[in-house]
Amino acid sequence: MNRRHIISVLVENHFGVLARIASLIAGRGFNIDSLTVGETEDPTLSRMTIVTHGDERIIEQITKQLNRLIDVVKVTDLTEMAHVERELVLIKVAVANAEMRSEIIQITDVFRARVVDISANTLTIEVTGDQEKVRAITELLEPIGIKEIARTGVVSLGRERVPVRRTASETKAA
Amino acid sequence: MTTTTSAHSIESAGDRSRWRRDMEGKECTGAEMFVECLVREGVDLMFGYPGGVVLKLFDELYKRRTEIRVVLPRHEQAGGHAVDGYAKATGRVGTLLVTSGPGATNTVTAIATAQMDSTPMVVFTGQVSLDMLGSDAFQETDAIGITRPIVKHSYMIERPEDIPQIIREAYYIAGTGRPGVVLVDVPKDVTMLKGVFHWPEAVNIRGYKPSTEGHPKSIQRLADAIAESERPYLYVGGGVIIAGAHGDLAELVQKTNIPVTTTLTALGAFPGTHPLFMGMPGMHGSKVANIAFQESDLVIAIGARFDDRVTGRLSGFAPKAKIAHVDVDPSSIKKNFKVDYPVVGDARWVLQELNKVVKPREPNGWNAMLAEMKRTHWFKYRQDTEVIHPQYVVQKIYEMTKDRETIIASEVGQAQMWAAQYYLFDQPRHWLTSGGLGTMGYGFPAAIGAQLAFPDSLVIDIAGDGSIQMNIQELATVVQQNIPVKVAILNNGYLGMVRQWQEFFYERRYSSSCTGNVPDFAKVAEAYGAKGLTARTYDEVVPVLKEGLAYPGPTFMNFLVNPEENVYPMVPAGAALHEMKDEDWA
Repeated sequence: MNRRHIISVLVENHFGVLARIASLIAGRGFNIDSLTVGETEDPTLSRMTIVTHGDERIIEQITKQLNRLIDVVKVTDLTEMAHVERELVLIKVAVANAEMRSEIIQITDVFRARVVDISANTLTIEVTGDQEKVRAITELLEPIGIKEIARTGVVSLGRERVPVRRTASETKAA
Repeated sequence: MTTTTSAHSIESAGDRSRWRRDMEGKECTGAEMFVECLVREGVDLMFGYPGGVVLKLFDELYKRRTEIRVVLPRHEQAGGHAVDGYAKATGRVGTLLVTSGPGATNTVTAIATAQMDSTPMVVFTGQVSLDMLGSDAFQETDAIGITRPIVKHSYMIERPEDIPQIIREAYYIAGTGRPGVVLVDVPKDVTMLKGVFHWPEAVNIRGYKPSTEGHPKSIQRLADAIAESERPYLYVGGGVIIAGAHGDLAELVQKTNIPVTTTLTALGAFPGTHPLFMGMPGMHGSKVANIAFQESDLVIAIGARFDDRVTGRLSGFAPKAKIAHVDVDPSSIKKNFKVDYPVVGDARWVLQELNKVVKPREPNGWNAMLAEMKRTHWFKYRQDTEVIHPQYVVQKIYEMTKDRETIIASEVGQAQMWAAQYYLFDQPRHWLTSGGLGTMGYGFPAAIGAQLAFPDSLVIDIAGDGSIQMNIQELATVVQQNIPVKVAILNNGYLGMVRQWQEFFYERRYSSSCTGNVPDFAKVAEAYGAKGLTARTYDEVVPVLKEGLAYPGPTFMNFLVNPEENVYPMVPAGAALHEMKDEDWA
């Protein structure tokens, strides 16, 4: 079954590691939706979050091939466990008039997003959330007129414990 | 053998009398440290081609030339293959040193060749000084970037004091787990600058813990599957040779009477003369080896990787069988094929454990059927004396050398297939061939590497007239160093395998595959100062072999064979294994 997977990879934090992983992914023809990388609490390690999709066999190969790299310390498929995922997206929207502007700001409020830049005919919105939330806000803004989008890609961490079942709104707000 | 962590520390301890212990804690140049580290890793033979940025290293190697023999190839690619041949024949990690730029790019083919066949090798490439990196300096090239997809790992040395740690890790990574190539890029200034020498006794890489011990439960499941199987079949790959598990395999077969096929790279992992040996499988494998896959109910792959040249069309491969797969590399399992019984682990460890729990098995109807098929469907060629059949030459080489300590290397193509079909290898590490990458020009230099490791062995490269031209310049190396390798050229005036495909699939349009019978190889050999012999007729084959194999120095034997001879049987690309073709008369 073709599914979306979030794979968290702890790697040595040194020169050339990103190139090695990118080269592996390209060379083996894996599909990548997003890839982020940054230092962890241990400055000698970086965490890469790779969002990919494929059937079980492909995901197993990605995981195994990543594990094969000497610079890769640990590979975790977060999809199978409780996890939080977030992405930060900047959306620049074209604004034709004041009425439109207030509509956009309303949408922004509903999604707990923020306006981070404003000009005579644009608004730039910062939104943080999971895949669903980002999709929902872009779908609403689309008809108004999105000029540009920049996305950080997904970052994700496993949850420490399986949480008590929360209400839908709480999960959304978390 | 270095397939386990502990084995490595023992090996590196090697000959400690050669260590310069006074260097510990002292300021030394990068070049001094470099050579000392090679000595400590047990390197006593390496190939090296000098150039601008590595002169300091070569200078230091010259000072310690009684400890490490450095052999100059005539092309860096050949140097790489020579190291590969040395590593395959000995099981030790091979060492190559080349300069930056073209020195590095010329080794690319050799690196890819070794990596595909899991041959342990450390390649040191010179690099321009750190402050010039990225400036397109003279002979600068991004060696690490170019080789990234074809190495197991690579390092750039940035400070002289990092040399011991990096070299230690490089040899450890190259030689353990699923072995492979480690490239170390050495900038010129690092070789000149000084740093404090410190030798790390142990290697500990947090991202690299090769699994060697299989899960006991998975081994028990495999043993149970064997007990239930009516028609089990062992599919043995190069991993068994790498792990040094041939003895354990023999024990398993003795207990269970399971028929065995060994892949091209694994020839010798199981005795070629054993009644249960079914020959090599795949595109040009024996009919019985392939039919056994199609009829088996349990295929047990050990250290093999379901290469497309072995399996034929995957959807038609082993349709009645459950698949067991033992491999030290977890990523190898289920890469190409569904697996019912996966076992991750070193082949030797797994086989030893399996031998403890497996139930003895008596030969049954399956054994009888395969034995009969082996008798009726073994490799054959037209028996006539009008022309020299290349298979006849290989058969004669086998007959004349089987009682001597002989290592056979091969080039790639028809000659390689005939060598694999007609030479029966009874021991591992006596067959050097480029299996995965299929590199023409591999055999001659590989034979050189093996001959240097085993000066008393007879080392023969079975070549075609196309392949031998790809590294023929190594005649200079063998003559200069008096390395007595023998090269048997099955000369058909074509790039034979290409021509064969063109005959079968492109209506005999021999596009760019005719070599026109140039040059006269015997004369070329003589020009370099080697011995050159030619056999033009059937009757001349044995006398040429007798004279050539007995000659104490390097020899080229040129056999003018039947030009349009084909390799049979053949599974056409994209066909299933049972859709093998034989020659019409066969």
